Amino acid sequence: MDYALVVALEMVRAIAWLVLLSAGLAIIFGMMRIINFAHGEFLMLGGYTVVISTGHGVNEWVAMLVLAPIVVGIFGVLVERLVIQRLYGRILDSLLATWGLSMLMIGGVTMIFGNSVTGVATPLGGMAIGAYQVPRYNFVLIIAAALLLVAIWAVLKFTKAGLIARATMQNPDMAETLGIRTRWVYMLTFGIGSAITGLAGALLAPLTGVVPTMGVNFIAQSFITVITGGAAVITGTLSAATLLGTISQGTTFLSGPVYGDAALLVAALVLLRLLPQGITGRIFKRSI
Amino acid sequence: MTLISRRRLLQSTGTAAALTLAAPLVARAAGDTIKVGGLHDLSGALDAVGVPMNQVFQMAIKEINEAGGLLGKQVEAVVYDPQSNMSLYSQYATQMALKDRVDVVMGGITSASRETIRPIFHRYDTFYFYNTQYEGGVCDRNEITLGTTPAQTVARLIPYGMKLYGKKVYTIAADYNYGHITAAWVKRYVEENGGEVIETEFFPLDVAQFGSTISKIQGAKPDFVLSALVGTSHLGFYRQWAAAGMKAQIPVMSTVLGAGGSDQLILTAEEGNGITASFGYFEGIDNPTNKAFLEKVAAEYPDKNWVMSEISEVTYEGMMIWADAVREAGSTKRDALLEVLTSGKAYDLPAGKVKIDPKTQHAVRDVYIAELKDQVFEIKESFPDSPPTDTQMVCDLIANPKSNQHFEISL
Amino acid sequence: MEKPVTRDPGFYIMLAIGLAVMFIAPVWLDLFTIMQITQYVVLAVFALSLGYIWGFGGILSFGQAAFFGLGAYTFAVASINIGETTIPLILAFVIPTIFGAALGYFMFYGRLSDVYLGVVTLVVALIFWKLINHTAGPEYSIGEARLGGFNGIPSIPTLNIPGEPDAWLDPAQMFQVFMGILIVIYVALRLLIASDFGRVSIGIRENETRAALLGYDVRRQKVIVFAIGAGIAGLAGAMWATYQAFIDPNAFSMEMSAKALVWVMAGGVGTLVGPIIGCIVLQWLTLKLGTMALLNSIAVLGGIMMLLVLILPKGIVPTLKMLAINGWTLWRQGKIGGAVAKKAVKHD
Repeated sequence: MDYALVVALEMVRAIAWLVLLSAGLAIIFGMMRIINFAHGEFLMLGGYTVVISTGHGVNEWVAMLVLAPIVVGIFGVLVERLVIQRLYGRILDSLLATWGLSMLMIGGVTMIFGNSVTGVATPLGGMAIGAYQVPRYNFVLIIAAALLLVAIWAVLKFTKAGLIARATMQNPDMAETLGIRTRWVYMLTFGIGSAITGLAGALLAPLTGVVPTMGVNFIAQSFITVITGGAAVITGTLSAATLLGTISQGTTFLSGPVYGDAALLVAALVLLRLLPQGITGRIFKRSI
Repeated sequence: MTLISRRRLLQSTGTAAALTLAAPLVARAAGDTIKVGGLHDLSGALDAVGVPMNQVFQMAIKEINEAGGLLGKQVEAVVYDPQSNMSLYSQYATQMALKDRVDVVMGGITSASRETIRPIFHRYDTFYFYNTQYEGGVCDRNEITLGTTPAQTVARLIPYGMKLYGKKVYTIAADYNYGHITAAWVKRYVEENGGEVIETEFFPLDVAQFGSTISKIQGAKPDFVLSALVGTSHLGFYRQWAAAGMKAQIPVMSTVLGAGGSDQLILTAEEGNGITASFGYFEGIDNPTNKAFLEKVAAEYPDKNWVMSEISEVTYEGMMIWADAVREAGSTKRDALLEVLTSGKAYDLPAGKVKIDPKTQHAVRDVYIAELKDQVFEIKESFPDSPPTDTQMVCDLIANPKSNQHFEISL
Repeated sequence: MEKPVTRDPGFYIMLAIGLAVMFIAPVWLDLFTIMQITQYVVLAVFALSLGYIWGFGGILSFGQAAFFGLGAYTFAVASINIGETTIPLILAFVIPTIFGAALGYFMFYGRLSDVYLGVVTLVVALIFWKLINHTAGPEYSIGEARLGGFNGIPSIPTLNIPGEPDAWLDPAQMFQVFMGILIVIYVALRLLIASDFGRVSIGIRENETRAALLGYDVRRQKVIVFAIGAGIAGLAGAMWATYQAFIDPNAFSMEMSAKALVWVMAGGVGTLVGPIIGCIVLQWLTLKLGTMALLNSIAVLGGIMMLLVLILPKGIVPTLKMLAINGWTLWRQGKIGGAVAKKAVKHD
């Protein structure tokens, strides 16, 4: 019984992990049709912000929840101004340029901070579920992922900014004609997407640690989650993360991590074959 | 153009090929410096390991030159950065052998990189030193291997752990050659000491989430966990282990943690405390050579953000042992050097006494067990003159000097 | 649009350059340089495979390395077991072709397109990469060949003369054989693109719906193009395996796929020379950076890539072509009258 509970908790945590990893990417891809290949390095930057600032005495939670999103968000806006804005409508050029950016960031961070920095310890410690010990921090991840999705949903659904964003997403030309400055919308979207990615990186840092090359391990997972989810930011991310997270964690418990990862990939493959536009291309079509 | 007959090649195990291909190499070492190749990853995934190795390598060359060089010439470093990429390893190895005509090469980090470059150096007769701890089994007269192997470290670590904690062991290892072979050695030593390995799990090198494993380990209730996890992603295990509050419940020992000299700094003190490891070198070794060595390193690299580890110290050993052999042989020719190296001479180095076993051309060396405390390894026990008995099971270069392979030691 | 191959001077120039390099290089250059150039030749074949399906079939594969790796491992396993290399080389073309056709059937008949297609190919490559990385234990061997997991397969045989397993090629001969393969593939692709089949492919690339409405079987066409690209990539993988004498799972890696994408983009999509040039320039750069311990090599390479996209978005070859044509026009106008030329300069 305890074991079943632990397994279930681990599955929910895996789903939350995927949601956090891919939410920022989903916003950028879903709204702007830009593939940010440096997504993993944006996560890394979020992690570094936490590690460096706590090293200078900043409170860990402030660093994770406030500082990291701000730093990475500003960095995102800069990247958008300098690079991305020249590449709208050129999905492949954007892929290539951001791939270059990812290498530049790996090398740059290595040059500035060196290749090994002491991480931050995972806060909150462990707690017992029956005979098992689990990190309390798992609940932080799960709550953060849930809050994040609710917040994005609320903004898109109920605010004027959300309305403008959705309009721009659906038909940029029409939106422009109606007097919306789509360029500003894009810049802010990229900035917000980056900020969310920074937050995710910050939340993951205590569990995985930070090194300049850590992004590589996450880019494929987040990318696949976003594409499998399809165009809708919230339902897409949530449904894809739930499906893929459950399948991969289930398989990991049954037969080890290699097959867990492979199962995630095979599931994505089958899903895309059945639903060529991603989950929200067919089901939950009118959702956001 | 000549065709190389395969039969001829097989008869002479590669020397025919070397002669045909490397005809211009006869003129090697005619220049006015002695060239030493250094092949360590300075960027990419392995740079945290490669950069310290390269720095210590450069320092050793400087030291040799300040002492007057070798054979009346200065020693010149030829350094390339393979960028953690096996294809570049093969490129640069060829370049060092054929174009730069270096006299010796130090380098290679993973076994994969070694098995990429070792055949190239063998084919072109370029003397090669591999200075990394690895799974054992290389048998090649062209290579000197100075790092520790499982028979030197795991063999000590397991009885130590079983005496301290108990007889039930849970093994977690990286899913590649090193991990599989080390796990096999763990099983053997545990059983030899009357214990039991209750489970062995392998993890791909890019796995960073260990939640499910940590729950499984708790269910299995071992006396201690033996980790042969490798690389920065796998450091996640130690963090998540600490985060679950497991540190107080089940002790962890590792065959790899700290090997590169940065793992113990990346983990926080609380996460690392109490992890036990075994290597051929720790900074805390108490002898005058080591003290002088560490002072020199601190003076040369005051800003370094790594700890001296086996892999870097052994790179220094490699340069010093080679230089000593060159002085004594009065030549840089491999065969003359091998004669000196395998003569049983004991070298007094920071890690203690090191000898070269003539049968395997691996090091016979002092091995230490240490426990991590506040990011520093404290030596608990030492075992002088440990021979590489694993490689000795499969390799005898005196009987088969033409051997040129990496044996998988079956257990 | 495409000119008939036989009337395109560029085609003959490329052919002449190729043949000249093939025969003159081994005489003039030293062994080491030859081995270096061999590397570019092999990777150029790989670049061509993607350059063809992307530029002339409109299929964007993010996982071209799946076929590269499949060809490499096929060759390695077959040659170690058979003890000669001719049949393995053929197998390394055939098996990826069949696999490419099967995967193409799976994708195109499922009406996958655009980014989704890219992701499926990427995922396939990643699955290969995961699984092959998992083959470290001794239980994973095919015949005499141990798959070796992360460490890969060492001691892959050098090419031998067909029918004479004992007659190995020396590096210069291997270079000539590879150069020959590159030339043959280049010529074959040029002819294929100029044929009716190729024109239909280009038509589909330009406008899929229109081609379908005109009665062409778009899906079948795409499957064939994709499978041909897969076969060529597989062949490149086999050449890579025998050239390096070892192969490891990185042949399947995302980096390998992405490299091909970058070469094609940098060189120019929609040309065949472009991918070859892009591959040579960028590989040379990677190699050069590693020998100069200036800055972090990876940072420099990334910076260059980013600038390339921003400054030369069309790729090297089309940009040069455009410059050449503009220059030519200017020169012609200059002959007719200085005033016109000045005007043209202003407009440019």
